[in-house]
Amino acid sequence: MTGRDEAYWAKPVRTLTVRTVPADAVNANVAGRRVAGAAQGFGQLWHKRFRVRLDGARVSPQEVIRVWKDRFGDFWPKGARVFLPAAGIAPGEIGLINAGVPGAPTFATGILVIYADDVSFSFISPEGHPFTGPITFSAFDDDGTTVAEVEEFTRASDPLWELLMILPFVGGKIQNGQWVGTLGNLAAHWGAAADVETRIVCLDRGRQWSQAKNVWHNAGIHSAIHAIGAPLRRVARRVD
Amino acid sequence: MANTTTALGVRRIGDAGLMDIRGDVTAQSEPALAEAFAEASSGGIRAVILNFSALDYMNSGGIGLLVTLLVRANRQKQRLCAYGLNEHYRQIFELTRLDEAIAIFDSEQAAVGAAR
Repeated sequence: MTGRDEAYWAKPVRTLTVRTVPADAVNANVAGRRVAGAAQGFGQLWHKRFRVRLDGARVSPQEVIRVWKDRFGDFWPKGARVFLPAAGIAPGEIGLINAGVPGAPTFATGILVIYADDVSFSFISPEGHPFTGPITFSAFDDDGTTVAEVEEFTRASDPLWELLMILPFVGGKIQNGQWVGTLGNLAAHWGAAADVETRIVCLDRGRQWSQAKNVWHNAGIHSAIHAIGAPLRRVARRVD
Repeated sequence: MANTTTALGVRRIGDAGLMDIRGDVTAQSEPALAEAFAEASSGGIRAVILNFSALDYMNSGGIGLLVTLLVRANRQKQRLCAYGLNEHYRQIFELTRLDEAIAIFDSEQAAVGAAR
């Protein structure tokens, strides 16, 4: 029997392949890496749900998702950029993420679109990304009002990311500020109040010490190494 | 999101609790799955086996729920197994790397045998 969802899912890939890289994007920590699910992460497992009601906006869930897919990066808070392929957010497509502050090396990572239909889409990240596990973006009707939602089942991928995440203020801002800001911007696009409801539940307080080795893939460390090597790569390109 | 129609049956064979899953598995399936899991995992069983033979639809919200079942099984020191996955759903398990955490079998007999 074939599932009704077959067209919405990406096909499995052993490792990620980045086909095109925009000129202003840093392509690191994605190509050649495997994706990491929640079972492959190190830290505590969190179920997080962020919601915003688009009160007063006459927009269907389908339209919200259509616009969200088309302008995904535009709704992100300042400080991070996402580079999506021409095909946009579609099953199997890979996006590059660059984040950072001026003067510091660009933190580079990415996402694989694992699922996309007309009212939702989901990402999973490569090894080394701060979190492992699926993140789903969706919209639905709640008694005549469209609600936009971000839901994740994630663990910090390695002990260093876990340490960062449990730091007061910093961890919460990194983990949750991204989606609170995104939903706020999405609400503002339709003239709704940026009143984001957050529900965070720890599903598993234990750490998966067998996955501590993930630190070798840590995208923060590899981004710094990539930045240090940039001058050498420029010289090598000129010699070629 | 699609309207969810999840039907669940619970059986016990030897040391295993079986959950027969029919219809859709999405985020809306959470209460039904949680209730069925609680029943299937009770009574000192060694493994919970998910029967996906009649699964018709699963989205990424459903994958999230399977992660929560996995955590509950691990917490109770029980094994979480699955059978009845067609090629498409096997690929989803592979894509999300759930196949590395949930043991997949070709038949009920094989899954129950592994639980002994």
